Amino acid sequence: MSEITPSQTVGPFFAYGLTPVGRCNWDPNGHYSWKNSVESNLVTPDASGTRIRIVGTVFDADNAPINDCMIEIWQADAQGRYAAARDTRALPNSQFKGFGRSATDKAGLFVFDTIKPGAVPGPGGKDQAPHIVVAIFSRGMLRQVYTRLYFSDETVNAADPVLNLVPAERRGTLIAHKEAGDPPVYRFNVHMQGDNETVFFEV
Amino acid sequence: MALIYPTKSLESFPKHLTPNYKSTLKRSPTKPLMIIPHTLSELTGPVYGHNAVQEGDNDLTKQHAGEPLGERIIVHGQVLDEDKRPVKSALVELWQANACGRYVHNVDQHPAPLDPNFTGAGRTITDDNGYYKFITVKPGAYPWGNHHNAWRPNHIHFSVFGHSFVSRLVTQMYFPGDYLFPYDPIFNSVTDEKARNRMVASFDLENTVPDWALAFKFDIVLRGREATPLDNDDHH
Repeated sequence: MSEITPSQTVGPFFAYGLTPVGRCNWDPNGHYSWKNSVESNLVTPDASGTRIRIVGTVFDADNAPINDCMIEIWQADAQGRYAAARDTRALPNSQFKGFGRSATDKAGLFVFDTIKPGAVPGPGGKDQAPHIVVAIFSRGMLRQVYTRLYFSDETVNAADPVLNLVPAERRGTLIAHKEAGDPPVYRFNVHMQGDNETVFFEV
Repeated sequence: MALIYPTKSLESFPKHLTPNYKSTLKRSPTKPLMIIPHTLSELTGPVYGHNAVQEGDNDLTKQHAGEPLGERIIVHGQVLDEDKRPVKSALVELWQANACGRYVHNVDQHPAPLDPNFTGAGRTITDDNGYYKFITVKPGAYPWGNHHNAWRPNHIHFSVFGHSFVSRLVTQMYFPGDYLFPYDPIFNSVTDEKARNRMVASFDLENTVPDWALAFKFDIVLRGREATPLDNDDHH
């Protein structure tokens, strides 16, 4: 058995390597000369389902936006299937990878264009409410933090096995709130510390 | 292949709050992390084929009109799981400062020259043996604002994907014998000496190419062990 390689911070200077093309699509001039390997737009031509936009800001202890974060999301397709070998169910949206990456811009904002995920099986074969796994990296984070994004307009949240492990008064930190827009916008703000500290998971 | 991801393995990771690294003070969770069962959402992860990278993406010395200045080096190794099995088809990305210790990132404005022939970013996909290889130049040490006269040791940033989203790793590779190690709070955020040394590459004379480039070997071990019949997806 081997011991794992320790994590280290992504640091403040990752953007030219990991998110080189545009900062969040907000800064058309903010390009570096390298290519994106992972986009903040997950939508593929064959992806069925409801197109949505996710926006949010990551805040530090002083409620100041963090402008050098990298956010990664991992999600199922609209039918609740992951584009991964372990998920052996058929994939109707064969091009949909379910993985996205966004830097935060100067105002601390990140954005993803994607599809609303379907329900994924959970413990004991019981469906989980639609959710997206979120990993956050930045200067001052020696390892990524993991959280989950749930949707404010899903009544099945009340029965979600993971959400129900979270103390009721903190569940709200995991809910993205729907705003008007075409496509619909869900706002998901993350607080690293403070009264509204987001629930982070030890996975 | 069924893998489990024991959280015990994470004990060699740095603590979120590491006060000597000042940026952690306002950016680390203060409430205990919640342990949740691993569901399909945690046990799956993005898959990359060889079409994710282009020929030459792993050679940082050939991205511009001329060659970058600095010591040309080969950085190579295997991506493995905790049972030492190769992790194949894994996306490995790296980024680094140039030989003078300057990043092309627009926030790095310290007075060291940029190299017009060096961006400092690369990517590759591991082969069936979990093997990866990069050609680059050795990055320089550089100053940072953490404390008076703070300098980062020479290092290369790595971003690696494994079999699942919980094996996702961002780390830094250091060079053997660096005199800045004792002074660097980021390196020392890993408090166990053996674990720290797992972030240090070995000088690799055998794979050094005469008259051309020094080689350094850096194996990366990601979370994930073979499941035993007693394990299931709902373990904690």
